[in-house]
Amino acid sequence: MNQPAAPPTAVEAGPWHAPRRVRRSTRAARVAFSAALVALAALAVLLVPPLFPLDQQAVDLTAKLEPPSGAHPFGTDEVGRDVLLRSVYGLRVSLVVGLVAALAASGIGLLVGCAAGAVGGRFDRLVMRLVDTFTAVPHLLMGIFIVAMFRPGVWPVIASVGLTHWVSTARIVRAEVLSLRSRPFVDAAISGGASRLRVAVRHLVPAVLPQAGLAAVLMVPHAIWHESALSYLGLGIPAHEASLGTMINGARGSLVTGEWWPTLFPGLLIVVPTLAIAGLAGAWRERINPRRRSELVL
Amino acid sequence: MLELDRVTAGYDRGVPVVADLSLAVGEGEAVGLLGPSGCGKSTLARVAALLHRPWAGTVRLAGEPVTGFRFRAPRAERTRVGVVFQQPRLAADPRLTLGDLIAEPARATGRGAELADRAARLADDIGLTPALLGRRPHEVSDGQLQRACLARALLLRPGLLICDEMTAMLDASTTAALAAVVEEYRREHGAALLAVGHDRVLLRRWCDRVLDFPTGR
Repeated sequence: MNQPAAPPTAVEAGPWHAPRRVRRSTRAARVAFSAALVALAALAVLLVPPLFPLDQQAVDLTAKLEPPSGAHPFGTDEVGRDVLLRSVYGLRVSLVVGLVAALAASGIGLLVGCAAGAVGGRFDRLVMRLVDTFTAVPHLLMGIFIVAMFRPGVWPVIASVGLTHWVSTARIVRAEVLSLRSRPFVDAAISGGASRLRVAVRHLVPAVLPQAGLAAVLMVPHAIWHESALSYLGLGIPAHEASLGTMINGARGSLVTGEWWPTLFPGLLIVVPTLAIAGLAGAWRERINPRRRSELVL
Repeated sequence: MLELDRVTAGYDRGVPVVADLSLAVGEGEAVGLLGPSGCGKSTLARVAALLHRPWAGTVRLAGEPVTGFRFRAPRAERTRVGVVFQQPRLAADPRLTLGDLIAEPARATGRGAELADRAARLADDIGLTPALLGRRPHEVSDGQLQRACLARALLLRPGLLICDEMTAMLDASTTAALAAVVEEYRREHGAALLAVGHDRVLLRRWCDRVLDFPTGR
């Protein structure tokens, strides 16, 4: 016979939840903090390059590997270049690549997802198998394959990230379109004589645009990380040009001899802005879909 | 005008929602179809509006059997049937203004400029002020939205109007106003009406003939 369930002794102790007001204010603070960091990064990459031009080729071997000081707040690297200035230039490359690649990836995803969802049937199945194929191959591997076909530079990196990261957006958009397709307002449009294309462009795409936009913003940190990884591997941005990935790659040797600054500061500039962008994207998602708690998707 | 011949329809797998049903709506005739909720009235209305392919049976429009449904139905055939749905909130794209909503069938068929005047007149006749036409569905009431949906359904002058519980969400005065508009339209253009609903008194008042939906499925 079954044991009788133990009588409830006290209110069950669930995970602790802060009072709603506190939670809301910490969330607002988190969003404000993230927004401030993103604004700071944007200001830095917009204002610093015109004010402090950088000669990508210049070296000063008399000042190599100087620790952080008043003259060089982030120190100098193994050939005497200022780490702070190069980091800001590197951040500029990362942000541009991140934004453009994320937009490209989401644009492709929006197009593919909408087409698959709106046309449906055999075309949908075919496209989704293609998506599965892309999902099955590791992103970085396929990205390396794509950049390897071109001369190093910004555009191959953007192409590499854009062409490998559209699948998640395509999946989201397709699922959304499939659920919208059977709504009465689509029936009403069809009955009014709208063509398949018109229904897709006028009714379905506008409805999924917020989701696709959110996917794009969530993609930006991921794209930045890919850019850094490719550059670190020597496949992305040319080695002499300042990018956060190439800087960390160049400074690897000095890290083991105790000179931490040429690695740490560019590394922080990868981590902090991407976390800030992800924080903002998370807040946006909570607005679109309040029931799901935000999480970092990378 | 419309003939359904032994139509069986349903959704993916399982029992059919409408089984072996035949129905005819003559030229200019008003037919009411009465049934409790969940009996398959809306599915039947969607089949009649060429929006849902039946599993079996034939749909004839003006004597010609219809071969395609949804996008496969030729545009000319689709626009010969005007539909007003039960819930205007779901049947109106939330991103369009009421004015765009009414004019959409004209624009979708490439006659936007030609029918702009007719759309404006129709909106005026149906009781929508120009200020309301600039608003979006969430900024107007159910009644105002349903008026826009009816205007939209009448814009291309369909020979058959299908009203699926058109007034179920509305108050008495709006119901009367919409009924008057439908009445006026039918008198002017000799159009047929297929009204689906659960209110016997209302359907009796609107229709020449009221049929009970066969429930023995």
